[in-house]
Amino acid sequence: MTKRRVEPILWLLFSAGGVLAAVFLPVLVVLFGLAFPLGWVTPPSHDHLHAVLGHPLTALFLFGLFALCLAHWAHRFRYTLYDGLQLKGSKGLITVLCYGGAVLGSVVSAVVLATVV
Amino acid sequence: MSETEVQPRAYRRPVSTWWWLEKRSYFVFAMRELSSVFVAWFVVFLLMLTYAVGRGDDQYQSFLDWAATPWVVVLNLVTLVFVVLHMVTWFNLTPQATVVRLRGQRVPAWAIIASQYVGLAVVSAFVIWLVTR
Repeated sequence: MTKRRVEPILWLLFSAGGVLAAVFLPVLVVLFGLAFPLGWVTPPSHDHLHAVLGHPLTALFLFGLFALCLAHWAHRFRYTLYDGLQLKGSKGLITVLCYGGAVLGSVVSAVVLATVV
Repeated sequence: MSETEVQPRAYRRPVSTWWWLEKRSYFVFAMRELSSVFVAWFVVFLLMLTYAVGRGDDQYQSFLDWAATPWVVVLNLVTLVFVVLHMVTWFNLTPQATVVRLRGQRVPAWAIIASQYVGLAVVSAFVIWLVTR
């Protein structure tokens, strides 16, 4: 596939991940990153959280959320590296590392989420 | 590069690596792009949480203890700042990227931005209800 045909698909994934990250991450960071570990709010019991995460719909949704957020990261970080830090020389390597990282992360997500379902 | 062979060689002013510190708007742009790194970090964090929950109550409790250690708390505080920056900048850009029409009238930018905050509130309330009920 030529670059021109791939770019809109990458942009679409970036964009979908951007929307999901904007809508879902703030509440998740507040709850799981701060409120539960620091005891501002009583953390959910293991049984309850296991039941929520183990529901196939939750797992499927989280897989989509994780994979698209990683695609969002890959696309944005790729441009951060070569426009921001002027690393135009290693374009190919950066592209492979970013999108490769997102694909690898999505596979890991599927495996980890499958352990709870 | 093949481009330089067909185009006359024009002088291009070299751009400093630190160009994004030259202006406030450049800095905000660079921080917005950097927010993606924190988005990725939090996916990793949630994966570690999921893995711990899958391995049992003991692992889940020790994950919560680890998440309460100072460096993880600081990292997640910084993550929150960047995630909020991503949210605000993303919502503000949406009306420029999409044109919504209702009965032939173009929906004004403020209405698109406001509806996203309504969506955010609904989603946040649902997540809180689902996790803490």
